[in-house]
Amino acid sequence: MRILEGEGVTKYFGGLAAISNVGFHVDQGEIVGLIGPNGAGKTTLFNLISAALVLNSGVIKFKGEKISGLKPHQVCRAGVARTFQSVKIFGNIPVLGNVLLGSLFGTSTGMSSADAAREAMESLEFVGLSTMRATPAKDLTLANQKRLEVARALATQPDLLLIDELIAGLNPTETAQAMELVTRIRDRGITILMIEHVMKAIMSICDRIIVLHHGEKIAEGTPQEITASKTVVEVYLGDQAYAGS
Amino acid sequence: MDKTTVLSKKPLFLGLLFLLFILFAFLPLYGSVYSVILVTAIFMHIVLTVSWVIFSGPTGYISLASAAFFGVGIYTSAILGKTFPLPIVICFGALTSFCLALFVGALTLRLRGIYFSMFTFGLVLLIQQLLLWYEVNITHTRGRFVIVINNATIYYVMFAILAATILTAYFISRSKYGLALQSIGEDEEASAHTGINVTVLKTIIFAVSALFAGAAGAIMATRWTYIDPFIAFNPLFSFMPVLMAIFGGMGQFYGSIIGAVIFAYLQEMLITRFPYYYMLIFGIILVVVILYLPGGLVGLLQKWRKGDLAEKHANT
Ligand SMILES: Nc1ncnc2c1ncn2[C@@H]1O[C@H](COP(=O)(O)OP(=O)(O)O)[C@@H](O)[C@H]1O
Ligand SMILES: [Mg+2]
Repeated sequence: MRILEGEGVTKYFGGLAAISNVGFHVDQGEIVGLIGPNGAGKTTLFNLISAALVLNSGVIKFKGEKISGLKPHQVCRAGVARTFQSVKIFGNIPVLGNVLLGSLFGTSTGMSSADAAREAMESLEFVGLSTMRATPAKDLTLANQKRLEVARALATQPDLLLIDELIAGLNPTETAQAMELVTRIRDRGITILMIEHVMKAIMSICDRIIVLHHGEKIAEGTPQEITASKTVVEVYLGDQAYAGS
Repeated sequence: MDKTTVLSKKPLFLGLLFLLFILFAFLPLYGSVYSVILVTAIFMHIVLTVSWVIFSGPTGYISLASAAFFGVGIYTSAILGKTFPLPIVICFGALTSFCLALFVGALTLRLRGIYFSMFTFGLVLLIQQLLLWYEVNITHTRGRFVIVINNATIYYVMFAILAATILTAYFISRSKYGLALQSIGEDEEASAHTGINVTVLKTIIFAVSALFAGAAGAIMATRWTYIDPFIAFNPLFSFMPVLMAIFGGMGQFYGSIIGAVIFAYLQEMLITRFPYYYMLIFGIILVVVILYLPGGLVGLLQKWRKGDLAEKHANT
C-alpha cells in the first residue's frame, strides 16, 4: 500500500525551482532513502510534506488523503512526524518535557496526561535516553539531541517518519547506533523516509532510494540499481560527499 | 535528605501564603487610607505584570499592548459605569479587552520579534488617537467623568482580580499549555511540527492575559474620577509590566510578582519624595539591574543561595 504519494510537486523560491514537478511514493513498511548533492532540494521536499512550506503546484497524499494544504500540526496529528537537519529541540525544557509535548499534542486522538507520560517515557527508553530525562535538552551531546528529536517524533505515534540527515556530524560508533535505531523504528511498523548525505550508511538499510538533483528526480530504485545507474554516477557519485565517506 | 526539606517547605509556604492573605484581606479595617490606596496601586502593578508574563514570559513575544487592554477596560468602565452595577462593569471591561486581544492576536501573532512589539505598541497609539478623534469630532467632548467608588471597595475588587490573575497564571504555567507556550518560545517551528496548534494557542493565551489588564483598568477608572484618551491609553502602562518582569526575573513564576511589588513601591516612594527626578532615578535603577542582574532579582537570589549551599558542602 502506498502510504505517501506526491504528484507534480513543485516549489519555487523566487525564480529558483527548488523542487520541480517531482512525483514519488513511499510504500507502507519501507525505508526509503532520499539522496542528492547539497542544494538538490531534499530538505525542501520534507518541508513540503510536513507543511512547513506551501507548494506552488502538485499534490501530496498520505494514506490516500490529500495532506498538502494542511497546517504543520495537522500533518503531524495525521501521522507524519519529522526531524530536522539542524536539530530543533527545546533547549531549556528537560528531555522528558520535549518528548511529552509530542505525546500530549501530536497524536491523532489525544491522550490523557497519564498515558502521554507513559508514552513519552517509552519513547525515551526506546532511543536510550531515559536516564537523562531530567537534563535540559541543550546539555545533551549532538548525537543525543538527534536521538531526542527522534523520540519526540515517535511520541506523536506516527505511521511515517521523515528523518533529515540523522548521522551528519556523528562519529562512526554513533553512526552505527543511529542506523540501528532506524531499523528498530521500522521494525515497530513505522515507515521511514530518510535524507542522507553519506551514501555508504544509507545503502545498507534502505529498501529503495530516490535521487534528487537540481530539484528534479533523476533516478529511483534499489540501492544496487542506484549504484549501477549511469546518471547517478555522473551527477552524484562523483560528488565530494561520496568520495569522502 | 533533600526530600524532607522539600516536604517540610510546602506547608511552610502555604502557611505564609495564608497569613499574607489574612493580612491583606483585612487591611481596610485596620490600615490607613493611604496604605489602602498604596496597596491597591501595588496590586494593579502586579496584575498588569503577571498578566503580561502569562503570555510574553514563556513565548518571548514582547507585547507592548498592555496599555491598550488596560485603557479599554478604563473606557468601558467610564461608559458603562453609570448604568450598570460594578461587577458587570468589571466583567465587561475584561471581556472587551479579551475580544480586542483575540482580534489583534489573530492578526499580528504571525509577526515575530521587534515587529510584533512595534505593532502592539502601535495599537495603543491607534486606539488613543481614534478615541481622541471621536471625542473631538463626534461627541464634541473631552474625556469623561467616572462614578467614584469608595477606596475599600476598589481595594477588594483589585484584590479579587489579583487573586484570579495569579491563580490563572499558576495553572496555565503548570498545565500542558504552559509547556507548549514554553516550547513556542524555544522553537516555534518545532512546536508546530510536534502537533501544537501554535496560532490558536498563542491567540487564546494572549486574549486570556488581556482579560486581567482589562478588569484592572475597569476598576482603576473609578479611582481617577476623570479620564481622557491620554490618561487611559498611557504608553507607560505598556512599558511598566515589561520592566517590572525583567526587574524581578522572568525565569521564575514568582519573579514578576516580586519585581512588581518592589517596583511599584519604589515608584510611589520616588514620586512623593522626588517628584521631578523620579523618572530619572527609576531609569538608572533599571539600567543597573538589566546590566548587572540579567536574571533579575530572583536570579540574584538563586545565585546567592547556590553559593551558600556550595559553601556549606565545602565545609562538611
Ligand atoms: N526558505 C528558503 N528560501 C529560499 N531559498 C531556499 C529556502 N530553502 C531552501 N532554499 C534553496 O533551495 C535549494 C534547495 O535547498 P535544500 O532543500 O535545503 O537542499 P538540500 O536539503 O538537498 O541540501 C537551495 O538552493 C536552497 O538555497
Ligand atoms: Mg538538506
